[in-house]
Amino acid sequence: MRRTAETAPRPARRQRRPGPMLLLAGLLLLAGCSGGSPSALNPQGTGAARVNGLWWLLFWISVAVFAEVMALLAWALVFRRGTARVRHGQPLRFVTIAGAGLPFIILVAVYGVGLRDLAALGAGPGRDALTVEVIGHQWWWEVRYAGRSGATANEIHIPVGERVKVRLRTDDVLHSFWVPQLMPKTDLISGETRETWLEARQAGSYRGQCAEYCGTQHAHMAFLVVAQPRADFDAFLDRLDAPARAPQTDAERRGQQTFVQGTCAACHSIRGTGAQGRVGPDLSNVGSRWSIGAGAVPNDAGHLGGWIANSQTVKPGNAMPPQPVDAARLPDLIAYLRSLE
Amino acid sequence: MSTTLSTPPGIGREDLARLAEHWDEPRSLRAWFTTVDHKKIGRRYLVTAAFFFVLAGLSALVMRTQLARPESGVLSPQEYNQLFTMHGTAMIFLFATPMLFGFGNFLVPLMIGSRDMAFPRLNAFGYWVFLFAGLFMWASLPFGAAPNNGWFAYAPLNQDQHNPGLHMDVYALGLLFLGISTTSGAINFIVTALKLRAPGMSLNRVPLFVWAIVATAFMVVFALPALNTDNALLFLDRRFDTHFFDPGGGGNVLLWQHLFWIFGHPDVYIIVMPGLGIVSAVLPAFTRRGVVGYPLIVLAIVAISIVSFGVWVHHMFATGLPQLSYSFFSAASTIITIPSGIQIFAWLATMMLGRLVLRAPLLFVIGFIVTFVLGGFTGAMFALTAFDQQVTDSYFVVAHFHYVLLGGALFPILAGIYFWLPKITGRMYHEGLGRWAFWLVFTGMHVTFFPMHLYGLFGMPRRVYTYRSDLGWDVGNLISSIGSYVLALGLLLVLIGVVHAIRRGRPAGPDPWEGDSLEWSAASPPEAYNFPVIPCVHSLHPTWDERTVESTTTGATKDRILSEGKRTLFTSELDARPERAAPMPEPSFKPLVLAGVLLVFFTALLLGAYPVAVAAVLAVAATIAAWLWPPRRPDEEIGIAS
Repeated sequence: MRRTAETAPRPARRQRRPGPMLLLAGLLLLAGCSGGSPSALNPQGTGAARVNGLWWLLFWISVAVFAEVMALLAWALVFRRGTARVRHGQPLRFVTIAGAGLPFIILVAVYGVGLRDLAALGAGPGRDALTVEVIGHQWWWEVRYAGRSGATANEIHIPVGERVKVRLRTDDVLHSFWVPQLMPKTDLISGETRETWLEARQAGSYRGQCAEYCGTQHAHMAFLVVAQPRADFDAFLDRLDAPARAPQTDAERRGQQTFVQGTCAACHSIRGTGAQGRVGPDLSNVGSRWSIGAGAVPNDAGHLGGWIANSQTVKPGNAMPPQPVDAARLPDLIAYLRSLE
Repeated sequence: MSTTLSTPPGIGREDLARLAEHWDEPRSLRAWFTTVDHKKIGRRYLVTAAFFFVLAGLSALVMRTQLARPESGVLSPQEYNQLFTMHGTAMIFLFATPMLFGFGNFLVPLMIGSRDMAFPRLNAFGYWVFLFAGLFMWASLPFGAAPNNGWFAYAPLNQDQHNPGLHMDVYALGLLFLGISTTSGAINFIVTALKLRAPGMSLNRVPLFVWAIVATAFMVVFALPALNTDNALLFLDRRFDTHFFDPGGGGNVLLWQHLFWIFGHPDVYIIVMPGLGIVSAVLPAFTRRGVVGYPLIVLAIVAISIVSFGVWVHHMFATGLPQLSYSFFSAASTIITIPSGIQIFAWLATMMLGRLVLRAPLLFVIGFIVTFVLGGFTGAMFALTAFDQQVTDSYFVVAHFHYVLLGGALFPILAGIYFWLPKITGRMYHEGLGRWAFWLVFTGMHVTFFPMHLYGLFGMPRRVYTYRSDLGWDVGNLISSIGSYVLALGLLLVLIGVVHAIRRGRPAGPDPWEGDSLEWSAASPPEAYNFPVIPCVHSLHPTWDERTVESTTTGATKDRILSEGKRTLFTSELDARPERAAPMPEPSFKPLVLAGVLLVFFTALLLGAYPVAVAAVLAVAATIAAWLWPPRRPDEEIGIAS
């Protein structure tokens, strides 16, 4: 937490009340660097690391220039009050050098660094790199892999240490693909395709979220990037081509029956079953996912039951209407869905 | 109607009586609806814009209450989305620009030594349209039909199939309606400043505030057509099945963004520039000297107003346009910070050479410098595409533009309120209340918005109605919400201060600050005709300049008293040489009627009553014809004969 101490002087100087502001900035930074936060200041990917470097450069330049401006202002406030004699000069040279000359030099230098970083972010992976297709929907993310038939949702698995191409499309309105710890944003543009890339330096889960306002539930359109060792990733890919896990218990079998024969299958699909709906997310591996409703609630039995019964109370406005599932059948359905890993 | 002012030497009582007879409007209900006096219209702009500011500010307080804790249920997502849209739309379109136009309306004629704006009836019309358009937009909120797509209303979410209901029709029509007011106001400022300046006020003696207003007006005239086009196309898409922004029908969603930001980026300067003008106007009185580097500041103003048209793509750095175009717009966006830097250092130099009089207006100017400079740093950061892509559409950008807009517009507006309140009302405000207001507003502002930088960097996107508690955003959000209440309390104190001054304030006299520009040579509040004698300007600081003062007293001449009829002096554009004394229009109902028929027109369009809309168009044409019909009055009556 070296940064905590370093950033403190800025708010302190601004408020001229060092104690509370210092504490406040420290608290905030602690919050941002804690494990759960998808903080851009805690980069875990090549793209975000580059921008992080740029940020600290810009930050320290800002601190220096701000100190200069505050010093001049403070000087005037201390020495130019009361009986100070008004001076009538026109220090145009001072204004030109301090207001235009020095800023120009700094800005040109910074612009150069910025161009270098822009080029670095633009340097995507090669032609034959692994490609993930991400399709934005109101309000969830469909995830597909080139050459694989299966799909998943709100969870993007990538091999750690590899530069993975991400092809972005949207099914409806604009969205924006943002994983602060891995890569800056790229918008999803209706009627067009955009490309970006991800490269995680360490295995782990990195939270992403839609950053372009996309309607009622823009707040609940998160996803998780799971960077895993190549072997685990390959196993994940292989499962995408295989049928979903078959039900093992009677309860799961009854649950599957309810799913396939009921209204669920009209919108959702599960590989290897009769459920082939294409409106909502593919649920073939729903049991292993990190959340329900694109980050709306944790993925556990209680939340799953609540979601099926009436997701409108959890994520108002989403496309799934309340389901008239018999209370007696709901536990079986939950058991089946949670078994799909 | 101050009667305390004694007759200045050089002008007779008969002249004053005649001026009052020609210019004074009776105090009646009829006069209230027909006034064309720029001071009354300016005051109305200020009060109405402040009213919309209160509504937009309360919207923000409700939002901050919702966001104070994770997953709270104060607002439904639909309510939150309407509130954040109305907050932004109203702050930008119904508060910032009209408020600054209010200052411009009241002050520009006074600062340039004129008796009114160039087109007083157009001025009245502009106000009525602003009022009606503002009510038109806010009235949708109680019906749950307020705009709900953010203040920049991106396609295709603004389209009928993604956003049914009246929400975005209210947005498109409301802004088109309002645009009529803004455009006519801007044209009026340009003509007024070019043609109505007092003799001798050549371009190099024009107050910096007037320069700022005129540059703003030019930006409005060139920028607003892009927004109007955008909204007209949107309305056609929504109601008449065109497909300008519908990719399914061959349209292009980025077209909306380009048109919007070709307007939208200059609009940032349209909002900030008059604020910077206020700073330049306030400083001389509180540093006891002129602002350093007048020509540099004028050049900076002109440079900003031109370059601001070449930076719009920095709002689209994440849309995946070609890198080459990004590198160009990144360079332009980097460079545009320099004119602002020049102004900041010119003001700092002014303060370092002058003698500071630390009253409330200067406190707000200092608050402006601190805040605006911080907003400027993050602004320069956003010019760099790579950094922009990381933090755009996060709370970092929310922090950035609130630093720029509260710093660059709200603080100067508050400085301007305290500075010109004695001129506008004739009463002095309570200094203690003013200081308390400053410290609360300043502290509240930074406590609210500074943490947003941090939780923006921590990954919190903007425009989310709620967030989960395990993401490290809770503490910052709670602090912001607490800060917003402090800020609101400070603003409440400003309001109390204004009411207190009007009710209880001591008489201010014409020149309580010993100011340098011409408004301080008029009475407080000014007479209907502003100046008994139109001054002959000899310097950049006319009220500090004895020859200019003398020109309105012992040196008064008949051609600058102009007491025969309701007239003011027209002068040449560059050197302000006297050209002719022109008659000014009498009060009229026509501006109100025309604005009223336009309201009928836009309401009919909104509700789909197209025959009514057609009838309203005919009524608009008829009203304009009646307005422009040549008056049948003998020459003597309007005073041209002399």
